[in-house]
Amino acid sequence: MGTLNAFCTWLAQTRLSQGIQTTEWIIPAIQTVHILCVAAVMTSVLLLNLRLLGLRARDQPFDSLAARFVPVIWWSLPILLTTGVILIIAEPGRAPQNPVFLLKMGLLSAAVVLTSICRRPLRKDAAFWDQASGRRWAGRLLAGISLALWIGIVCAGRWIAYVQVA
Amino acid sequence: MIETLLQSLQDSVIGTAIGGGATLFPWIECAHVLALTTVIGSIALVDLRLIGVVSRGRSVAQVTDEALPLTWSAFAVAVITGALMFVSNAVAYGHNSFFLIKLTLIALAGLNMAVYQGFLSRGAEDWVNTESTPLRARVAGAISLSLWVGIAAAGRWIGFTMGAVA
Repeated sequence: MGTLNAFCTWLAQTRLSQGIQTTEWIIPAIQTVHILCVAAVMTSVLLLNLRLLGLRARDQPFDSLAARFVPVIWWSLPILLTTGVILIIAEPGRAPQNPVFLLKMGLLSAAVVLTSICRRPLRKDAAFWDQASGRRWAGRLLAGISLALWIGIVCAGRWIAYVQVA
Repeated sequence: MIETLLQSLQDSVIGTAIGGGATLFPWIECAHVLALTTVIGSIALVDLRLIGVVSRGRSVAQVTDEALPLTWSAFAVAVITGALMFVSNAVAYGHNSFFLIKLTLIALAGLNMAVYQGFLSRGAEDWVNTESTPLRARVAGAISLSLWVGIAAAGRWIGFTMGAVA
């Protein structure tokens, strides 16, 4: 942790970090872009998982829904990472050593892996998750875990601001 | 008159419970972020379809049916959680320009939606591609999208002008 602390202290004193910290509108503007991308991801995740759970959009085959909304998640992630990195540069004390930030990154990695797992079998078999009832239940289980992970990511994101590292 | 009302809201049991503790407010904020990202994401889906950017293979009516149930249920959660946060610090929110701007923009977005639903959306089942989507509907979509981006930004700026945690 010593190296990380030193890195954050160094980062906070760089001209880039100082510039962002002293220009008042930059942080809320970047956060706005970040939250708009969260909106794109959340809505895609909800539509996909509610369909897997069998609660909504049952008239649409899952693979066509996945073709529309999984790319939204993949396109939003690089923007979320970029804006996230800028926010870390602006307030280095707030993120890397913060346990909630680490939790958020852990949950995010799990969610990305899970989304890839859900999508993979569709390449060979478009109706993969709709076939035998065993697979339907597996799909529902994955959807439930995915929803819980994304909700956790959003909550952790907000709590970063409240858990300050000394 | 308004001052007295704001002060008594803030001094109410709910106001002091949320404003006084350290954990209730962030959790309500988490629910608010989850709800507002769903509201903005699902509305943006319809707006971007109207403009002709996404889901071009589906009619506007189909995309609206898919998105609006999410929008309304999430909007209810956003209003309730927003009201709870407001009550916890009613006097300061009541004097915050960005809070008042946000409420005005939400009212304008509601008005735009009412005009669209009431007058412009007739025949939306037949708007199956960009060419068949009339200009008036595309303009309504662009107005809605701009207003919701503004609402997200105003919301973020409230956090930076309240003197509390951002």
